[in-house]
Amino acid sequence: MSLKDFFQKLAGLPKSFREFLLRHGRPTTDRARSQTVMSNIFLHIHSNRIHRYTLKKTFTFGLGVVAAASFFILIVTGLILMIYYKPSVDLAYGSIKDINFIVSGGRFVRNVHRWATNIMIVSVLLHMARVFYTAAYKRARSFNWVLGMVLFILTLGLSFTGYLLPWDQLGYWAITIASNIAASPRELTDAVGITQFFDPGGMMKTLILGSQEIGQDALTRFFLLHTIALPLAMGLVLSAHIWRIRKDGGLARPDEIKAKDMEGIAEDDKTKCIFNNAPQKTYGLMCLVQGKSPAVGRGPENTIPSWPSLFIAEIALLVLTLGIVCVLAYFFNAPLKEIADATVPENPAKAPWYFLGLQELVSYSAFMGGVGIPTIALLGLLLIPFIDREEQSLGRWFDNRNGRIAARNSLLYASSVTIGLLIFTVKFGWLRNWYPDISQLIIILVNPGTVLVAFFVTWSIGCLRKYNSTRLSAIALFTCFIVSFIILTYFATYHRGPNWDFYWLKSQWPIH
Amino acid sequence: MSIPETFKNVEESSPMSRRDFLGLVAAWMAASSLGCALIGLMKFSMPALLPDIPKTFKIGRLEDYPIGSEKIFEERKVIVFRDQEGLYAMSLICTHLGCTVSKQVGQFDCPCHGSKFDAMGRVKAGPAPKPLSWLKISQLPDGKLDVNAMREVPMGTKFNIQNRVG
Repeated sequence: MSLKDFFQKLAGLPKSFREFLLRHGRPTTDRARSQTVMSNIFLHIHSNRIHRYTLKKTFTFGLGVVAAASFFILIVTGLILMIYYKPSVDLAYGSIKDINFIVSGGRFVRNVHRWATNIMIVSVLLHMARVFYTAAYKRARSFNWVLGMVLFILTLGLSFTGYLLPWDQLGYWAITIASNIAASPRELTDAVGITQFFDPGGMMKTLILGSQEIGQDALTRFFLLHTIALPLAMGLVLSAHIWRIRKDGGLARPDEIKAKDMEGIAEDDKTKCIFNNAPQKTYGLMCLVQGKSPAVGRGPENTIPSWPSLFIAEIALLVLTLGIVCVLAYFFNAPLKEIADATVPENPAKAPWYFLGLQELVSYSAFMGGVGIPTIALLGLLLIPFIDREEQSLGRWFDNRNGRIAARNSLLYASSVTIGLLIFTVKFGWLRNWYPDISQLIIILVNPGTVLVAFFVTWSIGCLRKYNSTRLSAIALFTCFIVSFIILTYFATYHRGPNWDFYWLKSQWPIH
Repeated sequence: MSIPETFKNVEESSPMSRRDFLGLVAAWMAASSLGCALIGLMKFSMPALLPDIPKTFKIGRLEDYPIGSEKIFEERKVIVFRDQEGLYAMSLICTHLGCTVSKQVGQFDCPCHGSKFDAMGRVKAGPAPKPLSWLKISQLPDGKLDVNAMREVPMGTKFNIQNRVG
């Protein structure tokens, strides 16, 4: 190789480097773009072309993307926080204080981490509700619904394990309560009298805390789960979750879509009128494509390339999420209480807001509120696609008029039942106040929490008989649970004060 | 094309070929040993030794507690009372979800979920499933007393030196 040749190669380095990075030339044409999408491992998690209905804003509200975007923000800010955080009982609180008051930008990063958590939990809940109400868990998508449930549990687990890390009073007492909820099957085994021989509650608690009390072992375990185990699991399952959308034929959509439904969504001019002389019959693509055979003669399908329309929407949602989180983080600080003190409990000791609905139930019966009812709810959610197998059109909110009516009636029913029961409980107390010597077994079975569940199940069975449809009865039950979850969360957040007593306003709390 | 005679015989006489059988045995052995290893690993995360502070602690001598007195051991979450009948210790850990109850006049209140206990530790209100635990008091050879927070005694059990001597 001559010297001249060498210099030529050297001068051509930027160009060859560009070609090495973009292996398909500049992605300026649809063809080059689709090649890029197909051959890039990160982009190919999307399909190459999407249906226009996918981009309908009032259909998805972009909730799934917002949840994924906030997870991404959490990973980045979490890594930054780990530069200074020290997972040791003696140093943890000090290192969080350093981050908050000394490290430049530390408080902002911590606030962003905190707010992104809240946004993620809200968007995950709303995303689940969206998928449920648009019947998008049906047909081939049941597997992805189950993956979504796994992600839901991982999300709650991640936020819960992060709560202890600052080692302040807030986290310490929230985790005290939570770890004893894990031990609450004891309430049942005690009532039956078999704790000596079989103690799953105690085992769970010891497994979580690595001890009987919250100490260094608990902190180490929570740190490990929060920073390595759960994020890793989340990343894996999340990738599968997003990839399944593509494999299941894109987002769920109605069989018949009117042009009116897709007003304002980008169109692909090139696909218009390609099939002018297409044969007027359908071809089955058995084994290759799930669902009904594509109609070949119907002319161009309503698809557009993912690049640019979908990618722009996704990036816009990421930027929107980041913007909201940054604004919130700028104005509202993440809480940091005094250093954890095992001798002085917080009063009231409240869990993070998204667990407060459960904490209200826990204040009736630890086992039912903390283990029994959540398990019933999660199992119910998990089994929805396997129990409700009605054939119906997907991709419309509440399906049709009947669905809307069922959802509205359930909303009214569930809110009146929940509020009524709360008023009753606050005013008159419950069994223990009337019969102090009553057996705990009866309280486990009959407490405001289980009464609510019984009311909802009865209502849902009523809907099943009235409409003769499992889908409508599922809508009724899901609505009841969501509504009462929201009301209980609100109630426990604003109307429960010291000693878990009822107060109208926080300003009425006694000074202690 | 028909199957050659020799192969036909093997297929009919034995339900599974030797090769398949050995393969299956190997696969199941690998799977079951992996399963056992997993169970072992789960055992790994159960602490073999609890790192907590010892549950037994000294509370002084009987003479240190005049009749009608009480003493709270904050770190241990235990309260010790003395009355005419003797000395008794109660745990201050709420039986609901493990918060520390606070001593009020003639009763104990839990700040977390509003459980209330009477002076004997019986549940008066709230979600607590059990009364507060009464703990075992014993005397050491040097005359000092200790409380074992791991050993529950029936409600109403009081420690009295006279009883023990008599």
